[in-house]
Amino acid sequence: MKHVDEYRDGELARAIARRIAEEAQGERAYRLMEFCGGHTHAISRYGIEDLLPENIRLIHGPGCPVCVLPMGRIDDAIRLAERKEVTLCTYADLMRVPASGGASLMKAKANGADIRMVYSTLDAIALAEKEPEREVVFFAIGFETTTPPTALAIRLAQKKGLANFSVFCNHVLTPAAMQAILDTKDGVEIEGFVGPAHVSTVIGSAPYRRFATDYHKPVVIAGFEPLDVLQAILMLVRQINEGRCEIENQYRRAVTESGNAKAIDEMAEIFELRDAFEWRGLGEIRKSALKLRDAYAQFDAEKRFSMVTKPARDNPACECGAILRGQKRPQDCKLFGVACTPETPMGSCMVSSEGSCAAYWAYGRFRQYETRRNEARKAS
Amino acid sequence: MNKHEPVGRKLDLRNGRVELSHGSGGRAMARLIGEIFHAAFDNEWLRAGNDQATFDVPAGRMAMTTDGYVVSPLFFPGGDIGKLAVHGTINDIAMAGARPLHMSASFIIEEGFPLAELKRIAQSMGEASRAAGVAIVTGDTKVVERGKADGVFISTTCVGIVPAGLELSGDKARPGDVLLLSGSIGDHGVAVMSKRENLSFDTQVLSDTAALHELVALMVETAGSAIRLMRDPTRGGVAATLNEIAHQSRVGVRIEEKAIPVAPQVAAACELLGLDPLHVANEGKLLAVVAREAADALLTTMRAHPLGADAARIGEIVADEHCFVQMTTAFGGGRVIDWLSGEQLPRIC
Repeated sequence: MKHVDEYRDGELARAIARRIAEEAQGERAYRLMEFCGGHTHAISRYGIEDLLPENIRLIHGPGCPVCVLPMGRIDDAIRLAERKEVTLCTYADLMRVPASGGASLMKAKANGADIRMVYSTLDAIALAEKEPEREVVFFAIGFETTTPPTALAIRLAQKKGLANFSVFCNHVLTPAAMQAILDTKDGVEIEGFVGPAHVSTVIGSAPYRRFATDYHKPVVIAGFEPLDVLQAILMLVRQINEGRCEIENQYRRAVTESGNAKAIDEMAEIFELRDAFEWRGLGEIRKSALKLRDAYAQFDAEKRFSMVTKPARDNPACECGAILRGQKRPQDCKLFGVACTPETPMGSCMVSSEGSCAAYWAYGRFRQYETRRNEARKAS
Repeated sequence: MNKHEPVGRKLDLRNGRVELSHGSGGRAMARLIGEIFHAAFDNEWLRAGNDQATFDVPAGRMAMTTDGYVVSPLFFPGGDIGKLAVHGTINDIAMAGARPLHMSASFIIEEGFPLAELKRIAQSMGEASRAAGVAIVTGDTKVVERGKADGVFISTTCVGIVPAGLELSGDKARPGDVLLLSGSIGDHGVAVMSKRENLSFDTQVLSDTAALHELVALMVETAGSAIRLMRDPTRGGVAATLNEIAHQSRVGVRIEEKAIPVAPQVAAACELLGLDPLHVANEGKLLAVVAREAADALLTTMRAHPLGADAARIGEIVADEHCFVQMTTAFGGGRVIDWLSGEQLPRIC
């Protein structure tokens, strides 16, 4: 495949890996957080950690929209879907996220709630047009990447005069979460960030500047292909070696400094900041999420259906929170692979394909550790 | 299905629709069976008009299998539910190394289903069964109220004869054996997905639906009992089949990503949809585990048949108490190949 294969070239990968090994200084620890689930996925799928020296540790960040959505919001969505007049449209990976009391959207659907899986916001608009007697609600989640399509849908609904379409908005902001991780008191030590790929195509590289100036952490924005990730790691190693703290852009083929002005303007027109929003694993974060502006209140499902979020507690044994903060790895969780598998997920990190637990499970990284452990045990 | 020609008006095969009376056992049902199914499947057993088919079989071991088909949409690039219902069940027989003999077909049809589409499906089944040399010798038709089914569901059952001395089984893979794949993977799944409502995308990928028994007959002739087992990687794709083999035989499997044929269009579609071709369904491919010394000759035989033209040696069986399926990626790393989690795509076959 043109424009894909060249970013997965094994020869080139080994060449970059050799250079990383040469330049990484033995006495130094390089703890690098890849923020996005897309990066975590690439790292697991292509076995990137196998190519790195031992003192470079990749810490998986919270950049998985399904994973950071607090349980209370899933409860909200289920209550909404159970209303007779409502058709809830959702992306498929939300269907199996565990809600309070063992519920999920999947179970609600089996019990008769009208829940449809869609692939884009435009599918939800089309449905609202086709079934004008139904209250069609789009369950909007995601970082800045998926916010413009939601804005577009609202704009379209307004233009078409759709009176039966609304959005349950759960859009959240990347830089706010990165900052929250750095502000965590007993948080994880991080020397640098592999910065978001798709998010940055929208917001540009400028919003990360404060991490270099205020927090003295280098950030390298990187694409989601394995060579992108390896190159970004090399760039971070060099910055750390040289004591630089800069926002560098490895993903120049898609990301500019100022981002996509049209998308940014449209988001600003339709959405405004919430005072605070709860993130799974990170808790309440100020100015970290979006809601619809009053001018678009008719499209705001929270207002339209007078929704009130009730706090919900995660399973106490589930380590999703610590995993999302980068403090633990999937295999550190007692539930992982035992009670919690993709078939019977207990935590959100196992549900979404972007979640760390799902990536570890799908590509069997944990099993290799297990095998290595067993082999070591046998040898000793 | 076995009713004599009734009196009265013919079916309106252009604009007519299936009604509840078409499943009620009366004249209307006899018409439906006669004009659509008998016309499409015509053979001496159906013509006999009995409630069952009777036939002689040679002495020895028989193979029997049954499968239900609920694919959506009913018609997709490269095939339809009818072809699938014939090929899929024949393939399950063929994976025992057996020669398929006869099959049955049972239809559950939703009230209101267009007769023209039913005819098209039946004709497609007839063509597939004639091409395969496996007659549909008996069957059943039921009609359910609108909304209680989705168009038409088909069940087929097939019986076959296992050649003497051949005992293929999922638990027979041994470390050192070689893994052969008969062609490129993922075509069926991508072809069906490309026509799904709200997922439709333009692609020229055709389903690979095909009956594999003739290829299998040649393979058995060449390698005989050096073939340990064969499987057709349908739902869950190659990944699921390899995991089944690993667990049944209590062995590990190692494959090379570079050796696995994937058509560029399929690779592109999977990339777009975030799928792994190893998890995507096939309907005309087989995986064979064969003793190492017989592998080269078997691969040559497979490649000489049109359905095995792109056959490849994709890996080997290794000793592994964990029964892992591991892959060396084209990128140079390694990873475990797991069963697909959750539902990639409901109603793929």
